Amino acid sequence: MKSADFDQLNHRGEGRFPPLLLNFRTISRKIASATFFFCALFVVATVLSIVVMLGVKAVPFLNRVGVWTFLTGTEWKPLRGHFGIAPMIAGTAYVTLGALILGGPLGLGVAVFLAELAPSRIKEILNPLIDLLAGIPSVVYGFYGITVIVPWIRRIFGGPGFSVLAASVVLGVMILPTIVNVAREAIAAVPDDYREGSLALGASRWQTIFGVVLPAARSGIIAAIILGLGRAFGETMAVVMVAGNMVAFPKSILEPTRTLTSNVVLEMGYATGDHQAALFATGFVLLLFILTLNLASHWLTKKGVS
Amino acid sequence: MSEEKIKIEVRNLNLFYGTFQALRDISLQIPEKRITAIIGPSGCGKSSFLRTLNRLHDLIPGAVVKGEVILDGRNIYTDSVDVVELRKRVGMVFQRPCAFPMSVYDNVAYGPRLHGVRRKRQLDEIVEKSLKMANLWEEVKDRLHERAQNLSGGQQQRLVIARVLAVNPEVILMDEPASALDPISTARLEELIIELKKNYTIVIVTHNLQQAARVSDYTAFLLNGELVEVGRTQEIFVNPKDKRTEDYITGRFG
Amino acid sequence: MRKEIDAFLTAIVVMGSLLVVGILIAIVTQVVVLGLPEISWEFLATEAAAGGKTGGILNSIVATLLITFIGILIAAPLGVGSAVYLEEYSTSNRLNGIITMSVETMAGIPSIVYGLFGLVFFVIMLGWGWSILAGGCTLALMALPLIMRTSQEAIRAVSNEYRENSMALGASREQTLFRLVLPAAFPGILSGIVLSVGRIAGETAAVLLTAGSALGIPRSLFDTARPLPVHLYILASEGISMSKAYGTALVLIVLVLVFNFCVYRLRKILS
Repeated sequence: MKSADFDQLNHRGEGRFPPLLLNFRTISRKIASATFFFCALFVVATVLSIVVMLGVKAVPFLNRVGVWTFLTGTEWKPLRGHFGIAPMIAGTAYVTLGALILGGPLGLGVAVFLAELAPSRIKEILNPLIDLLAGIPSVVYGFYGITVIVPWIRRIFGGPGFSVLAASVVLGVMILPTIVNVAREAIAAVPDDYREGSLALGASRWQTIFGVVLPAARSGIIAAIILGLGRAFGETMAVVMVAGNMVAFPKSILEPTRTLTSNVVLEMGYATGDHQAALFATGFVLLLFILTLNLASHWLTKKGVS
Repeated sequence: MSEEKIKIEVRNLNLFYGTFQALRDISLQIPEKRITAIIGPSGCGKSSFLRTLNRLHDLIPGAVVKGEVILDGRNIYTDSVDVVELRKRVGMVFQRPCAFPMSVYDNVAYGPRLHGVRRKRQLDEIVEKSLKMANLWEEVKDRLHERAQNLSGGQQQRLVIARVLAVNPEVILMDEPASALDPISTARLEELIIELKKNYTIVIVTHNLQQAARVSDYTAFLLNGELVEVGRTQEIFVNPKDKRTEDYITGRFG
Repeated sequence: MRKEIDAFLTAIVVMGSLLVVGILIAIVTQVVVLGLPEISWEFLATEAAAGGKTGGILNSIVATLLITFIGILIAAPLGVGSAVYLEEYSTSNRLNGIITMSVETMAGIPSIVYGLFGLVFFVIMLGWGWSILAGGCTLALMALPLIMRTSQEAIRAVSNEYRENSMALGASREQTLFRLVLPAAFPGILSGIVLSVGRIAGETAAVLLTAGSALGIPRSLFDTARPLPVHLYILASEGISMSKAYGTALVLIVLVLVFNFCVYRLRKILS
């Protein structure tokens, strides 16, 4: 059991380590850290180039037409040179708002149930199902909308069925996983001391939830709503399939509408020249709005932590 | 200590974490193939001291070492020293047994593989010898390819020692190696440590004074980052020169 | 009284949760029941004909596999690499903040915007035209944030004790990374990758703008193609064939279920 038994290692001992190998090690370290650094930089570069590329396409056009005219114009007749996206902005706003009204409370309720009330066995079943809901492709949601939701609305309320309401229902379901997961984490992050303190004062379960837990998780819950809003706002396929896509200010939730995202995907296939630039400008507006939303939710989650 | 051959000599060692000074001007000699125990109350810098001996502080941003640690006549804190080579020669066993998430065999072969041993037969040999030296072979020889994390805490700690032995170090640093173990496993570990001193220089940090008295040949007492006293273990425990050492050993503080 | 209010509120959130489960079951059942009669060997193994009215979906399956494969092939190394950089290398908090912020932003950008970017950059600027390659690259960008975030979590979950023990054995940082940290984090990283495969296999809008929608089996990476989600969109929204659409939707849902199940199993292994 003497160390000489290990002569296969001994001959690599101190002083005999060839300097060439030493260099090799420093070089390989440099290569590795440079490679990983490049990967990380790539992410930053991607975000920047998305903004720049869309900007390059959109800004000259916006300058020519005028940003205000573009945003507030009510006429979208690309072949005649009328590029006003106000109806689409309205359509997006209606549909997004509808989705939040339908999906927001439901999502928060499920989040409260999962974080505060559900026994762990139910959580184990429910959590993967929520993830599954997030995994279903948006085109399948749209397809379900066409085949089930739209005919329902047509039968119950009349009208074409393809409508603000149909889009809101479909989007309301699609934003559920985002809202549930973010809100659940925010609620679960509230320290148990808060709950115990409240319960010890004689508050009931729900008095504790409303009085202590939800206020403490407030910024996380708002972030959940904002992220859900972003998801609804940016969703394309499901909306294209069920909203009817007519360029007009809808007068009721049963009338068809067209969103900003739909506008891009519907016309990009054949657009050229100014028309194409107008669609890029639409995308640019979308992007800027989403960036603002992200900043807001980033700020809120940060605030929630500190 | 004059009759002993000195393996490591520490000269005027200071350690800073940012503006906090964790070690103050420590000088001491660690004799070859002996067990040197480092004792002292928690937070006194015992573990920090141990980590200066294999430059593990290099991993911590903001940690600065001043002074010399001379291993076999060569200061390990010069630029020309290859840290990897140093850590091969100065192995370390940590407080909590940490089996890697792989098989028992792969755990022990991890080090030799790092250092270029590829042949299966050689590896087999190293693994078997290391496990035998760590008194673990009999318990695991039939489950070499099972996950190491299924072993008990005491077995895992001996596995960690086998893993260190497999790279054939000269010095083994142990940072409270028994603090996470039950009394029976601790006893087995102490036996093993005493056995290992035939071939290795061992430095062990412990908060357990009885343990230091049982296993070590030399003892150093640290307090608030300063070396209060060092000497033969028997001297320190029976006849301490410094009042503070006496207070600590008799349990008056710490 | 207070008891009744509590019970009432609990009942409401329980019903809400049941409703969500009900919606999921309704969607899946609808697609499975109406799609199953369409599924046959012929449906899966022949190309679409007459604009999708007859024939099968072989061309779309091939297109989906190719585009997803390219997407993951690009996104996985980049995502894992940048996660490694953030967790193991970066020392600058400011840079970390910028990178993390970028990833969060990428995760929030809608697919249609990725589509527009892919259209300008890959299709027009690089001159690849509507193609499998342009579609795959665009999807890679979309998959990047998810892969990166899950990898980061998996790497962070590897205990620092492993790193210390490995370094103390004389391992360099790279050796520790490749031999210990990444293998230990592998199940978590893999679950992120599989999850992304499920996401990008179902992506429509971005692909529509970058890979086109032509029928036929793609012969090269520069061919335009019509993956399953795009096929489903066209069949359903143009009313070409609802029964074929159900068949396509079923194949898509099964794909997603399979991927989600894999992730679920991997997470089980992890804990």
